[in-house]
Amino acid sequence: MPLDFTTNLDYVWALLPEIVLCAWAMVVLVAGVWGSGDERGREAPGPDDGQRSWDLGWLSLAGVALAAVANGWLHGVQEVGPGRMIGVDGLRLFANWIFLITAAIAVLISLGYVYRQRLQSGEYYGLLLLATAGMMFMAGARDLIVVFLGLEVMSIAVYALSAFNRRDRRSAEAGLKYFLLGAFSTGFFLYGIALVYGATGSTHLPDIMTSVSNGSSGSTLLLFGVGLLSVGFAFKVSAVPFHMWTPDVYEGAPTPVTAFMSAGVKAAAFVTFFRVFLVSFQDVYTIWYPVMWWLAAITMIFANLIALVQTSVKRMLAYSSVAHAGYILVGLTASSEAAVGAALFYLLVYAVMNLGAFAIVIAVGNQGEEHGEIADYAGLGRTRPVLALFLTLFLLSLAGFPGTGGFMAKFQLLLGAMDAGLWRLSVILVLTTVVSYAYYLRLAWYAWMREPANGDRAALTGVPLPMRLALAAGAAVVLWLGVFPSATLDFARASAVGLVQLGGAVGAVP
Amino acid sequence: MSALLDVIGYERWILHALVWLPLAGMGLVLWLPRERAKHVAFWWSAALFALSLGLWWAFEAAPGFQMASSHPWIPGWGVAYALGVDGISIFMVLLTTFTTPVAILGSFNYIEKREKAFYALMLLLETGVLGVFLSLDLFLFYVFFELTLVPMYFIVGVWGGERRIYAAVKFFLYTALGSLLMLVAILYLYFRAEEALGAGSFHYAELLRVPLTLQEQLWLFSAFALAFAVKVPVFPLHTWLPDAHVEAPTPGSVILASVLLKMGTYGFVRFLLPLFPAAAQHPPVVTLMLALGVVGILYAAWVAAVQPDAKKLVAYTSVAHMGFVVLGIFALTLNGLQGALLVMVSHGISTGALFLLLGMLYERRHTRLIEDFGGLAAVAPWLATAFVITALASIGLPGTSGFVGEFMALLGAFETHPWFAGVATLGVIFAAYYMLPMVQRMFFNRLHESANRGVPDVSRREIAMLAPMIALMIWIGVHPAPLMRRMEPSVESLVSHVERSLPAAPSAPAVGD
Repeated sequence: MPLDFTTNLDYVWALLPEIVLCAWAMVVLVAGVWGSGDERGREAPGPDDGQRSWDLGWLSLAGVALAAVANGWLHGVQEVGPGRMIGVDGLRLFANWIFLITAAIAVLISLGYVYRQRLQSGEYYGLLLLATAGMMFMAGARDLIVVFLGLEVMSIAVYALSAFNRRDRRSAEAGLKYFLLGAFSTGFFLYGIALVYGATGSTHLPDIMTSVSNGSSGSTLLLFGVGLLSVGFAFKVSAVPFHMWTPDVYEGAPTPVTAFMSAGVKAAAFVTFFRVFLVSFQDVYTIWYPVMWWLAAITMIFANLIALVQTSVKRMLAYSSVAHAGYILVGLTASSEAAVGAALFYLLVYAVMNLGAFAIVIAVGNQGEEHGEIADYAGLGRTRPVLALFLTLFLLSLAGFPGTGGFMAKFQLLLGAMDAGLWRLSVILVLTTVVSYAYYLRLAWYAWMREPANGDRAALTGVPLPMRLALAAGAAVVLWLGVFPSATLDFARASAVGLVQLGGAVGAVP
Repeated sequence: MSALLDVIGYERWILHALVWLPLAGMGLVLWLPRERAKHVAFWWSAALFALSLGLWWAFEAAPGFQMASSHPWIPGWGVAYALGVDGISIFMVLLTTFTTPVAILGSFNYIEKREKAFYALMLLLETGVLGVFLSLDLFLFYVFFELTLVPMYFIVGVWGGERRIYAAVKFFLYTALGSLLMLVAILYLYFRAEEALGAGSFHYAELLRVPLTLQEQLWLFSAFALAFAVKVPVFPLHTWLPDAHVEAPTPGSVILASVLLKMGTYGFVRFLLPLFPAAAQHPPVVTLMLALGVVGILYAAWVAAVQPDAKKLVAYTSVAHMGFVVLGIFALTLNGLQGALLVMVSHGISTGALFLLLGMLYERRHTRLIEDFGGLAAVAPWLATAFVITALASIGLPGTSGFVGEFMALLGAFETHPWFAGVATLGVIFAAYYMLPMVQRMFFNRLHESANRGVPDVSRREIAMLAPMIALMIWIGVHPAPLMRRMEPSVESLVSHVERSLPAAPSAPAVGD
């Protein structure tokens, strides 16, 4: 079905997954309120609350599935006319798959948690779906204003989710911190958009590119704009030195939310980062390229070193997520189609393995926030061997060990980076990977090589079925992509085709 | 025999079976109940050894890879699933398939907790190691090379001794650092192949055709050499080895000494020399490598001599033996390389057997200190006999496997670098100096500890482990010709490849002009 964007209906078709998701978020929200009585004043859960919490979870999963169908359908759609605001291209569709998978796994690992922590499930799942829709808007946007709208939809939902557990002070702190710093960075971002508009007279990405290549590239206004946009993005992807919020927010937010945002928000920010910088600012590549180079290098080095000394698992995973942002920034520095394909593949693998790792944190935390220290994982291999096995697999994948998807992703990134001649950055990537082995393995050695702290741990809650599903699916994906990555790699690479218009011209060695 | 092998199409499937059957065995071990884990693992790996023996007949003494196959794996990157065997790898493969069941048999009494996981990891390790020796694609090789780290990390870390975690992490980080830098070098080769040949490839045969300048070769050589030198280990990078060996459980030590160290030296022979011939013949490089080999021999002997812990002593002898291998390899002569390969085989058998014997003693007495033993020959004569023969093979007494290899390695080194060979020869004497006193103090002398009186002699299971190893030590020592015949064509073509690639020297004026 061709779309030429002559009628408004075309926009509806083009935005079908987002619309489905937004509508479904409303459905979930209403269903959550429906017949709940006066829940607010009550601290103890009512008799039906548990059942409703589960039902709402499955309901929102159905919404994600519907959006996935819509997204699959979009693959058959060709864009013939100029979509000024939203693009129907490979990059967007691939990114949507990442968000949908993230959302699906996040719902699965939330079910037990939301129930045990007595969170208001209607709002929780509704916000989750809205945040996903925001990510999708961001990734599909062809205009800075739509990028901004998507960013805000996503961010506000995630701020609320971070602070969602109102019985937990740390959750409130995380939410406030994330909100304040996020608002600050949004200011940068918006100012950046304004400056770019001032310099080029447009917020439409291809128009900006035309304008930049017509000669306004030297203008100071544009450079400031690009710089401010970089800051905004760097904050969202949590690159050093804009990562300060990450460990605190990741630690304080409810763990499923942490899992969701570490995978989803990062992916959305990165995809948009790639789109904006590769489409619009290609001609000033030589100017922003050294910035990205240093950003990537500092992020990789700093995050990996700090992760070494963490004692809390969630903080360690937070720094690990900062480190992964550094690896993906290498792809942005390389700025080629191959590198974008690599980064897309990386984001997909990263989402799955990171969600898997956080799922283990939830399971070990008894569907709550208990046992959060690395020392609490001592003897996990003895008390809960299957969980420990999954944990080991996800950690090895995060470390980028052969046989897992993490390795293939990292390898593909290295390939892209070296193709662009980034030898020194590649060596930094590799050396920091060795550092990362140390902290990932540390968790594994606590799990397998130490004895349980107090003999047998009493009161272990079982792992709920949806969580088991999520773990099994995540592990299967990680192993599958580690052994047979070909099809997915080709898909990721094909999704990046056409994004870099001038292609190949960039990527000079410093 | 060959007719039979032809009938069953042996050459078509054997290499794939060798790589993947251990993995299937791992699944079986995990699936079956715990009581049967060790028996299943043993018989599975023993059957695999029996299968691999067919290679002995199916392999023809000819240069080049045999039974080779290549299937596209990740076409987008030009990665292929390519396996093959030649005269250099065949004995490494046989050594691996032989050692694994022996090591598993040796862990029957030693491993008491989490048996399923242990035997599963042993089989996973076998897959990794065989993959390393059989891969013809550098990407595939790298995957298997790294894959061996994980099972070994857990074997040392979970079932090891007091300081097992420290040893396991040190082992892991040391080797991972080396191999990741090698990954960068492999990628560099890939891009050079893309420039030179039109298509990027990781295939060994393709990469051999990539022309490289001396400067490039030196860089790549360093990256590869670091990865392999840590694994070997070559002298200043050896510090992880004593820790890992001492802390590892007996079967872990056996596999580590017999097989894992060989991955490093195998890498030298298989990749370092042929891929970067100019760097490998660059005089400063050769001098450095030979010097490291010789220093390793002497230093390790010196350190071994003062160890109170028998296991640590044997661990240091590994460093010394690997010194001979390095010496033989970088002599770059036919004799030297063949000698190096023989030392690799012989060291695998004799040091593996030594670790097994020490494990048996540890099971009996729960100590590894030499001074806790004494006069065991009186109470356990067969154990003592086995130990003495193995120790002599390790020293390199003529008539044992150790002698043939070391002699040829020294001979080869003498042909090109007489001084190094001369100094290294002292190492043979030192070997006697550290090994024999240990044997004497443990098995002869006076029976001063009462606890030693009750030490039982070897059991039937232990005989089943030791007898084939001792038989091999003597057989290779007396009649190494069948091995050498199979190695020779491959080694010869390797040496001529390396020599041919020497940058054209400003040669002497042609005679007669």
